[in-house]
Amino acid sequence: MSAHAVIFYVFAAITVGSAAIVVFARSLIYSAFALLFTFFGVAGLYVLLGADFLAATQLLIYVGGILVLLLFGVMLTHKLYDLDLKSGVTQFFPGLIVAAGLFAILAVTARRATWAVGQGRPPAPTTADIGALFMGRYLLPFEAASILLLVALMGAAMIVRRRKDA
Amino acid sequence: MIGLQHYLLVSAALFSLGILGVLTRRNAVNVLMGVELILNSANINLVAFSRYGTGNLQGQLFAVFVIVIAAAEVAVALAIVLTLYRLRHTPNLDEADILRG
Repeated sequence: MSAHAVIFYVFAAITVGSAAIVVFARSLIYSAFALLFTFFGVAGLYVLLGADFLAATQLLIYVGGILVLLLFGVMLTHKLYDLDLKSGVTQFFPGLIVAAGLFAILAVTARRATWAVGQGRPPAPTTADIGALFMGRYLLPFEAASILLLVALMGAAMIVRRRKDA
Repeated sequence: MIGLQHYLLVSAALFSLGILGVLTRRNAVNVLMGVELILNSANINLVAFSRYGTGNLQGQLFAVFVIVIAAAEVAVALAIVLTLYRLRHTPNLDEADILRG
């Protein structure tokens, strides 16, 4: 097996194993830290696919932003004296059947379909090209994403503020 | 030889684990973690097709937008979860049955 294959299997194992811990762990903090490892594994897969800018963005935004936000959410939704952050499951076996069936369908489709594999893109630095695309052809979605972030920021702040009850 | 199908299988596993998390977990923040797994699996698909398929960067660009939208969605979803917690004093989604007929 080549080094490329070994590294791929290592990162794939990290990603899927941590995702399993996220879903099956009883403690919320274990789930949050396993999610951290999942994000790291996905960033490693991005690097293997030649998406270096995307891997850095993934680490910055997912690990540095979203995961911290989720941990704050875990902290703020429990009473201060309730020290065990446990999370139960509800209707586990129907959900397991649905998820297993979905995985079977997706896996069979991925194996059997004849994908239109083109000439591909050998790994190369992508940051300058992505920047040029953002400022050139895809300027409108870029600005729309900025407005969406502004609206989300305002909306989240508005939802959570404490209203002075008259 | 690692090809497109390997990445598609990894993202299929991640997607079904995310669906399992969304369907079976009781805590609202755990459900949000499942949603993040689903978004990450879609991103892996996008980047894999960009790498092995056409070769242009549109897949990666789309993935950047997905990350941006996931960040906005987590912020608003956590605001909703916090408000629900203030109302019901529990983070469990089973208790959020105010609209139940």
